[in-house]
Amino acid sequence: MLSYREALREALAEEMRDDPTVIVFGEDIALAGGIFKVTEGLRSEFGADRVRDSPISENALVGAAVGAAAAGLKPVVEIMFADFLANAFDQLVNHAAKLRYMSGGQLQLSLVVRCAHGGGIGFAAQHSQAATSWLLPFPGVKIVAPATPGDAKLLLKAAVRDPDPVLFLEHKALYGMRGPAPDADEPVPMLGTPVVRRVGSDLTLVALAGTVGTALTAGEQLAVDGIECDVVDLRGLVPLDLHVVVDSLRRTGKLLVIEEEPAQGGWANLIVSRIAQQAWPALRSAPRVISGSVSPIPYSPPLEQAYLPQVQTIVSAGRELAGAGAR
Amino acid sequence: MNNSNPNTDASANVPASSGELVHLYRTMVKIRRCEEAIARLFNDGLVYGTVHLSIGQEAVPAGFCAELRASDYLTTTYRGHGWALAKGVSLDGFIAELFGRETGICRGRGGSMHLCDMRVGLIGASGIVGGGLPLAVGSALAAQVRGVDAVAVADFGDGATNIGTFHESVNLAAAWRLPVIFVCENNLYGEFTPARDTCLLANLADRAAAYGIYGEVVDGNDVEAVRAVAAEAIGRARAGEGPSLIEAKTYRHRGHSRNDPGRYRPQEEVEAWLARDPITLAREKLTRAGAWSDEADLELNQSIESEIARAVEAAQAAPFPLPADVAEYVYREPSEAGSLVYNS
Repeated sequence: MLSYREALREALAEEMRDDPTVIVFGEDIALAGGIFKVTEGLRSEFGADRVRDSPISENALVGAAVGAAAAGLKPVVEIMFADFLANAFDQLVNHAAKLRYMSGGQLQLSLVVRCAHGGGIGFAAQHSQAATSWLLPFPGVKIVAPATPGDAKLLLKAAVRDPDPVLFLEHKALYGMRGPAPDADEPVPMLGTPVVRRVGSDLTLVALAGTVGTALTAGEQLAVDGIECDVVDLRGLVPLDLHVVVDSLRRTGKLLVIEEEPAQGGWANLIVSRIAQQAWPALRSAPRVISGSVSPIPYSPPLEQAYLPQVQTIVSAGRELAGAGAR
Repeated sequence: MNNSNPNTDASANVPASSGELVHLYRTMVKIRRCEEAIARLFNDGLVYGTVHLSIGQEAVPAGFCAELRASDYLTTTYRGHGWALAKGVSLDGFIAELFGRETGICRGRGGSMHLCDMRVGLIGASGIVGGGLPLAVGSALAAQVRGVDAVAVADFGDGATNIGTFHESVNLAAAWRLPVIFVCENNLYGEFTPARDTCLLANLADRAAAYGIYGEVVDGNDVEAVRAVAAEAIGRARAGEGPSLIEAKTYRHRGHSRNDPGRYRPQEEVEAWLARDPITLAREKLTRAGAWSDEADLELNQSIESEIARAVEAAQAAPFPLPADVAEYVYREPSEAGSLVYNS
């Protein structure tokens, strides 16, 4: 067993031991070990050249990661909170996403941008954005968001090794979560392959990052009513192979997508649209989506809970969907 | 295959002290002839979109690139043709890229504003003002981590010194003592707006003090002065003494881009700067030193023009990229996961 944060730390340390071109930098990550203690111990093991504290300069930090990657290193830059990606947006979308393409494939940019994302622990609107959908309009950056400690370790290793830019989102409410450590010989997965966390033939629940746990809890409650759910953890958004979801829908015919993002701009629409276009015969009733509220994330605890998708909301929607007649 | 090498042929019989100036002069003339050709080709519809010519500013890239190795890194701007050529990008690949052909250095995917040639360390031209600075900083970081004495040059204009990324990048380079040289080509105008209207400083190099780094102003139209300052700044960087901010005062002869007739600049100002054309100044110096002649000049220009003509011919005959390949080169490791095939 290990915690999500320990899993991330192990992933970074192992990759840095194996590959001297992996470097880590960001605000407060070296001497203090990071605001969430993910990078603790890296400075003493790997030294000041490879583990650096930086000024508060997000656009330059992401751009420096791009430049260092262009020069052949594998930089892992931390942007403390996903909300601060806004300060790095130019280097993310106009440079990290586009330089390889504009160079006609000359550049290989093997970099990782790591952020703490998501709400639920009272950090309020400017430190709680889920942000998983922010880069969807910009092909060129991969998007990964683990929901378990085992995935945190394996997917961060995959991200570091990936030859392309990766936005790696760590849910801040999960840093203390404990779970099984991956086996020593467990292979690093290919990015873009969802996994089924719970098996059932009545409903297909699709979740990502912070909503996976909520969906599993809802699945347990629905099971009491005799409604069995497949709960699919997407693990990321780019790349994304939806065959696991389609295979599930072939059994259940009923799709319920749960996202933390506000309803107007999340990723659930992408899933529903692709399934409707490419797997329409598998659907036996209209898909349902549960999203964050159409607002910034509130501070007051009951409001913050009202913002996030609730277990009860998912259970109610699941009951309705299960009882809905087939087309 | 072009057997005459503009960089070596006529310099065999000149005094050693003028040899370097001959080399610099040849580089500037090559840039000038290319930019003039590109202006004509744009009017002919063979170069697409837009171009930002650097006519009048040749001495800055010529002086700096004479001190750089292929293994040193460079980022430049949308006005970067001169830097690309001076850094060693092949003329054929450069012209083909502007023509949007598959044989272009970026396979037609980048164009004039996004030139990249990693064989000569050109990480990229960026169309975003200030966009190249963090990239140069990052490549300098890589050199420092590796323990090699490569340096990075970030080229940008006066307008870029007002954007946030400039401040972040210079400060980051200063804090980490990185081997990067920030080169500001101050041509007195940020696009259509005089620099004096957008910044209180007469000398942008004064900003260096704000970051605790070395700053210097140089006459950007005196190619030997540029080269001397470049050599010192690059030498400092290689020796681990950190970044410099060099401001080269210069002037563009033409408008901001191809659609700009440049009427917002006073006629006296334009004429005064045209009289200080860096190429004319260098040629006069060489002539006074007995190191150049009208014959040598004619030979140089003919040789460059025929090289350009051959590159244009090759580019015109080259294929465009295939439409089916529009999404190639986005990822180094694309995944089949992007596509979903449903089999009923």
